[in-house]
Amino acid sequence: MATEVREIVMADAGERDLTKLAEYEAIGGYQALQKARGMTPAAIIDELNASELRGRGGAFFPTWRKWSFVPKPDQNPNPHYLVVNADESEPGSFKDNEIMARVPHRFLEGCLITAHAVDSQNVFIYIRGEYTGPYEVLVGALEELHARADLRGDVTIVLHRGAGAYICGEETALLESLEGKRGQPRTKPPFPAVQGLYASPTVVNNVETMATVPPIITMGGAEYAQLGVPYSRGTRLVSLSGHVANGGNYEIENGVSLRDLIYDLGGGVPGGRQLKAVIPGGSSTSILRYDEIDVGYDFNSLLKLDTAMGSAGVIVLDDRCCMVQLGIRVNEFYEHESCGKCTPCREGTRWMTQILRRLEAGDAEQHELDLLLDVCDRINEKCLCPLGETAAITVASYVEKFREEFQTHIDEGGCPFGDSSPLHDVLAPVAQHTHQGWCQTPSLRGTAR
Amino acid sequence: MSAFYDEVQEIKAQYPDWRSATLPALRLAQEKHGYLSPDALRECAEALGTTPAFCESVASFYDMYHLRPVGRHLVEVCTNVSCALVGAQQVLEGFERELGIRAGETTGDGEVTLRTIECLGGCGWATIVAIDNKYRTHVMPDGVQAIVEGLRNGD
Repeated sequence: MATEVREIVMADAGERDLTKLAEYEAIGGYQALQKARGMTPAAIIDELNASELRGRGGAFFPTWRKWSFVPKPDQNPNPHYLVVNADESEPGSFKDNEIMARVPHRFLEGCLITAHAVDSQNVFIYIRGEYTGPYEVLVGALEELHARADLRGDVTIVLHRGAGAYICGEETALLESLEGKRGQPRTKPPFPAVQGLYASPTVVNNVETMATVPPIITMGGAEYAQLGVPYSRGTRLVSLSGHVANGGNYEIENGVSLRDLIYDLGGGVPGGRQLKAVIPGGSSTSILRYDEIDVGYDFNSLLKLDTAMGSAGVIVLDDRCCMVQLGIRVNEFYEHESCGKCTPCREGTRWMTQILRRLEAGDAEQHELDLLLDVCDRINEKCLCPLGETAAITVASYVEKFREEFQTHIDEGGCPFGDSSPLHDVLAPVAQHTHQGWCQTPSLRGTAR
Repeated sequence: MSAFYDEVQEIKAQYPDWRSATLPALRLAQEKHGYLSPDALRECAEALGTTPAFCESVASFYDMYHLRPVGRHLVEVCTNVSCALVGAQQVLEGFERELGIRAGETTGDGEVTLRTIECLGGCGWATIVAIDNKYRTHVMPDGVQAIVEGLRNGD
């Protein structure tokens, strides 16, 4: 069976300019909102429960349950806030970009329905600062909405722009940033549903989650749950990039084969090259070898391979790519984006870079490969947020899946790919980010092992 | 009081607490002054009702705030994995050649600053280059010259 696009979030966006309110209303837009306003918040949450929708930001938390955590007014008199995480910064993911740019009203309708469900009059959309295109579209859509009291009701929606920090995609760092501070994650608990924005009950949801809510209300949760596979119901916007012929976003039913995704929709690996590896859910997820792609693209199937669907950013790598170079490029990103709060992440990611660079240059000794994995272990589960951990887990997965290639770097005293790997050249400018003259890895100081 | 001051007051009114206006106020101050100079930080602090030190501590966390002077135009080349795989480095080198500077530098006439940047969220349309915060998609090395000429001609 050929893999097909199944559009629910992006429905009708190919045929019409849905950035215009009139066009969106012409296809039944904002009728889900009217329907939802006739329902009690509890009934909406039941509908979401029936749909089995899980958060599309990457954590897969059941949406209905997140909403149900918001305390009743007699438990906590503070106002409730809905905060939308539009700080999409995961390397490989660009779905929220397209959702906001092409179906802004469906997204905003989802925000208004959710605000009703969690009893909130204040919605804050935290959009990453670099997304000037989607920002302008949303400004236009909000102006149209502002003129329509029948639609916006008593809800105020504020667009809040970030300023360039990957960590602000982490929900508590996002809340800190929205409060006007440095974007450093908070200790959990308390969770945002109890103490979020300004210590008030707060629901934080992803853009795609919001844009999925109106179709669920329209078609009913049970019907939505007919799509997809267990634990991954409905559709997902998948971002394809790297060595594929047709990069872009594709909305598919959860559970289609990863191979079909790459070869049918993506058009396969260009230039007659062979597939080497696939990063399945954004750069924070563990890598899959070329022979592991006959797997369903859904939460459970990927979990069985010790990786994740994450934010659905599929990065395809062909046979020219050096895995040590990939490790450097990916790890330096996390090193650069570490907020610096937790020592294992702040120091560990830099140590990992140093070891990986020694491997690439052919200066590493045998024990340094184990040292690299040891540093990874010392980051895992020792930080407030998953940033450092994702660097550690992903780089460890490159070693696990391509150990012979790492070994070759030691045995041959250098990189067997050299500048034939497309990731080779890119090493130089990234060095802008590295900090010179700071403390070195234990092995380089000669104190360990 | 200045138009900047008034605008910051309007922004503050949108939030439950004045502090949430910090990021927007820093952006406005940067737009007004070109970068977050000591004067810009002072003006920002005054409008927010806080200290310049607080403003600087927040600004220094975020990549989009410039605490040092930058060129009138900003060219940012994404060199994260997806863009790198399809040749972002060659695009970057094209800009370095055309502008006669290295990544991280500003042209002698103060017109253009060139830098690499982490994932801009357009991976399937690589290579992504942001020119004054507007995305150009599918940028190839042979398209760099026209972009630089456009910048020089004030397009």
